[in-house]
Amino acid sequence: MKVNIKAKIIKKEKLKDDIYKFEVQAKEIVNSAQAGQFIEIRVLDNIQPLLRRPISIYNINKERGTLEFIFQVKGKGTNILAKREIGEELDIIGPLGYGTFEVKDYEKVAIIGGGIGIFPLYELSKELKNNTTTKINMYLGFRNKEYVLLEEEFKNVSDKLIITTDDGTYKIKGFAIDELKKDIEKEKIDKIFACGPLPMLKAVQDLAKEKNIQCEISLEEKMACGLGVCLGCAVKTASSSKEAPQYWHVCKAGPVFNANDVEI
Amino acid sequence: MNTSVNLAGINMKNPVTVASGTFGYGREFAEFIDLNKIGGICTKGTSLKPRSGNKPPRVYETPAGMLNSIGLQNPGVEYFMENDLPFLKKFDTKIIVNACGSSIDEYVELAKVLNTLDIDGVELNLSCPNVKAGCMAFGTTYEGVKEVTSKVRKVLDKPLIVKLTPNVTNIVDPAKGAEDAGADGVSLINTLLGMSIDIHKRRPHLANNMGGLSGPAIKPVAVRMVYQVAQNVKIPILGLGGIVSGEDAIEFILAGATAISVGTGNFIAPDTCIKVVNGIEEYMKKYNIEDINNIIGTVQMN
Repeated sequence: MKVNIKAKIIKKEKLKDDIYKFEVQAKEIVNSAQAGQFIEIRVLDNIQPLLRRPISIYNINKERGTLEFIFQVKGKGTNILAKREIGEELDIIGPLGYGTFEVKDYEKVAIIGGGIGIFPLYELSKELKNNTTTKINMYLGFRNKEYVLLEEEFKNVSDKLIITTDDGTYKIKGFAIDELKKDIEKEKIDKIFACGPLPMLKAVQDLAKEKNIQCEISLEEKMACGLGVCLGCAVKTASSSKEAPQYWHVCKAGPVFNANDVEI
Repeated sequence: MNTSVNLAGINMKNPVTVASGTFGYGREFAEFIDLNKIGGICTKGTSLKPRSGNKPPRVYETPAGMLNSIGLQNPGVEYFMENDLPFLKKFDTKIIVNACGSSIDEYVELAKVLNTLDIDGVELNLSCPNVKAGCMAFGTTYEGVKEVTSKVRKVLDKPLIVKLTPNVTNIVDPAKGAEDAGADGVSLINTLLGMSIDIHKRRPHLANNMGGLSGPAIKPVAVRMVYQVAQNVKIPILGLGGIVSGEDAIEFILAGATAISVGTGNFIAPDTCIKVVNGIEEYMKKYNIEDINNIIGTVQMN
């Protein structure tokens, strides 16, 4: 059930110059939150910036009743959010989104993420690891060595962790998708989960189609309400024709979609 | 203390409604607030047939406001009748259906359907800036508004409120068109046409290039227009544009609005409309106002 709460910040970590991890007390949200969902944060009790910021959930900590989220400072809103301090309360609505990652027993899955999109995959992998018999291959792509974050954490929730950097300053040089492609030739993967930049998601979508593997992708689009009323966060349905496009909404049908259902 | 008002023949428990396009058909907000506490709900703009809307990105934040170019995406009136109206009927609040069309015939056909429904009123949308045909095309002139409104009036017995666009030189002209055609009220303002450019890509932020500006940024424009219309027409006004608090609502009421709508404010917090209801009551207590009707249009100009 969605709630609007004041969530106390109990931990704040600067992972990189522009990437922060917050832990907030959010028992009411944690109770029903699922892997793949997001929250909407009002960074200040003010009309400037006007809208909430949608941010993915990194970790749902049921025992502690806390949520962790990781965000990149990109504009005015995230800049202000980064300046909020431990002990302060954040106005949060959540958990949001109806399309969530499907956590169940698989033989072996591939989880692939790129850039800031890797973080929502942590909760998914953690749940698969803890609650199912699934074997987990994880492919994470980063810009460079500097931006390889939480490697240990991701290692702990996967069976095989492949890290790539665009410039080769750490582990494998290249893109995560290319490593996944190699493994798919050798290993039987029965599901792919993906979150990251659009070109990566497109490549994953194509690969899953070509190999006939089930695939879930997490999408983002500019949104105002996050509740399903503003209809801002539109994404084209796969069955759309050029003349008469049809749309899903990221906050309603997503943010996690079956890759066959969307045109990206 | 009396907060009830009669807007265009619709008796509401308080002057607070929620604006079309910012509240869906109520369902999403019922999870957060008690819909029985608001005077009325102006539904998402509804057309005769389903509409799929515009290409994304459809929204972009601007200083104290936002641009949208949704393009009236909605499931159509038939879907509304079967799915949303029965839900809305469970609450003690007035249902005002925002009606939009691409041609006069479509407005008339839609009005015929709406006339048969158990709803409290119709808000005729002659002001959406985001669709190519219809809507704002009819809404900018006295004659245009009068023509569509008269034709709808002939087939609609329910209270008829005409929603006006601010994208005009003189807001009084279309308001008079609505009044002369027999509308029971006018609502203003819809969004102001705007544009925002991504300087890195050198392209507009919205896929549709331009969109409607809403939010607190437009409030002074809206208050001014409500005042001007109130001075020149006799039918009641539903005022909106950037209302996020009781104080904002009182400004509109003093300018001449009988009732108000909370629009973009619903996106900031799901309980904004409830805060506005409470804020109006606090203002009334503070100034010993027994009846909200006593202060409608009572601004004293300098």
